[in-house]
Amino acid sequence: MKAGVRGKAGVRVVRLFGLPVLLVLGWWLVSGRSFYLPDPVRVARAFGQTWFSARVFDDVLPSIGRLLAGYALATVLGVGLGVPIGLSPRLRATLEPVLEFFRAIPPPVLVPLLMLLAGIDTPMKVLVIVSGCVWPILLNTVEGVRALDEVLADTCRMYGVHGATRLRRFVLRGASPQIMAGLRQALSIGIILMVISEMFASSSGLGFTIVLFQRQFQIAEMWSGILLLGLIGLTLSLLFRFVERRVLSWYYGAGAARA
Amino acid sequence: MRRLLYGLAGLAGLLALLEAVPRLGLVDERFLPPASRILGTLAGQLVTAELWLALGETVLGWALGLAIAFCLAVAAGVVIGIVPGLRAATHSTVEFLRPIPSVALVPLATLLYGPSLGSTLLLVVYASFWQVLIQVLYGVAAVDPVAYDTARSYGLSSWSRVRHLVWPTALPYVMTGLRLAAAVAFILAVTAELVIGSPGLGAEIQVAQNSGAVPTVYALIVLAGLVGIGVNAAVRLLERRVLSWHPAVRSEAGT
Repeated sequence: MKAGVRGKAGVRVVRLFGLPVLLVLGWWLVSGRSFYLPDPVRVARAFGQTWFSARVFDDVLPSIGRLLAGYALATVLGVGLGVPIGLSPRLRATLEPVLEFFRAIPPPVLVPLLMLLAGIDTPMKVLVIVSGCVWPILLNTVEGVRALDEVLADTCRMYGVHGATRLRRFVLRGASPQIMAGLRQALSIGIILMVISEMFASSSGLGFTIVLFQRQFQIAEMWSGILLLGLIGLTLSLLFRFVERRVLSWYYGAGAARA
Repeated sequence: MRRLLYGLAGLAGLLALLEAVPRLGLVDERFLPPASRILGTLAGQLVTAELWLALGETVLGWALGLAIAFCLAVAAGVVIGIVPGLRAATHSTVEFLRPIPSVALVPLATLLYGPSLGSTLLLVVYASFWQVLIQVLYGVAAVDPVAYDTARSYGLSSWSRVRHLVWPTALPYVMTGLRLAAAVAFILAVTAELVIGSPGLGAEIQVAQNSGAVPTVYALIVLAGLVGIGVNAAVRLLERRVLSWHPAVRSEAGT
């Protein structure tokens, strides 16, 4: 019995780490052939030296701070505008083509433009993140509010639920699965824009630092930066999944009960 | 019909707003030219050969990258989904590599390929590969186990099982993946041109901005938006074509 449990745990460990270990071994074997691919040990050492230093406070944390600020602003804007647009069919019909157009613009092309309008400092970078993140959130909110259950809407009216209570308990709740889907799309766009906004005319931040390493041919440091960006992306997506489970627990629960 | 009118009114309102704000001096005209001048510049650009060449480069990078990523992801996804145990073994790796933002590869692309099509392709392929792969994995997992066992006991070979059972089941998921990947691929194609300087629309925007040609920057951004709409529409059309046999699409067409 005990051996069986231990055997199962062993299988799990192999499943989790088997392929990654093989990949790192493969990397280690082919490294050294190319100048551009240093071996994993050197990258790991560079990672420690580069990122466990004052850079955390000078470059990494400000970048993440801007990302979160822009993301939060975009959420407020997107949900705040999306609810009224979704509730009014006339407003929706009027604005739909305009919104579709703005969503179709690849957000990075707005960087040169926003540099003109807002300079090259923190406001511009936050604005770039907002301008990219707001569209998926806005359009998904509109979609979610539009598709609210009509029977529930009538029930709310019958029971005299209106105003802020209706908004909180019915509109936002009912649209939340769609809103979360929009937020998930916006998060990955936000990370991309965080990096790109710092690659233009900047003197600090993660994106700037990684490009600097590349220009100075500090290859191991550059790889460690790519690794760090990957870890940040992974952490944020895990955090997001945790929050999503919390917010939508009623939704998953209902789905499981139905199935 | 009324919807169309409202939509046109919305677009007209946007144009009027963009015309009025700089004319009234609310924003400096040097930074935000009136809509008429932006559209005029766009019309002027549309008759030059350079613009069409740049547009061609962008579309080439987008289409080629998307095609490569699509083929790789479908092949990898079907194999991972079908071979027993492979899915569990690759899960942690896929979940680690997927959230890596593709722009993290910008420095690597610059070193390896410089400002050329290769850089665009590297970014586009990486970004769109995961979008398709995840959907293919969902699709293969959605295959009805009873149908699969039936196919096996009737002696269908692995190839015909993939061809006649797995592929049709996964196809709606695959097309969703393709739609998501097409949008991401376009963003990354323009980004590579903008940041690394590979030839294309993004590079033109960068040049226009450096030379202070503000109306041209706006005109090219409008053009990028229009191309984006075209890309979305094209993929949606393809999706309807490919899935015309599918009950979901057929019932939609019936109503």
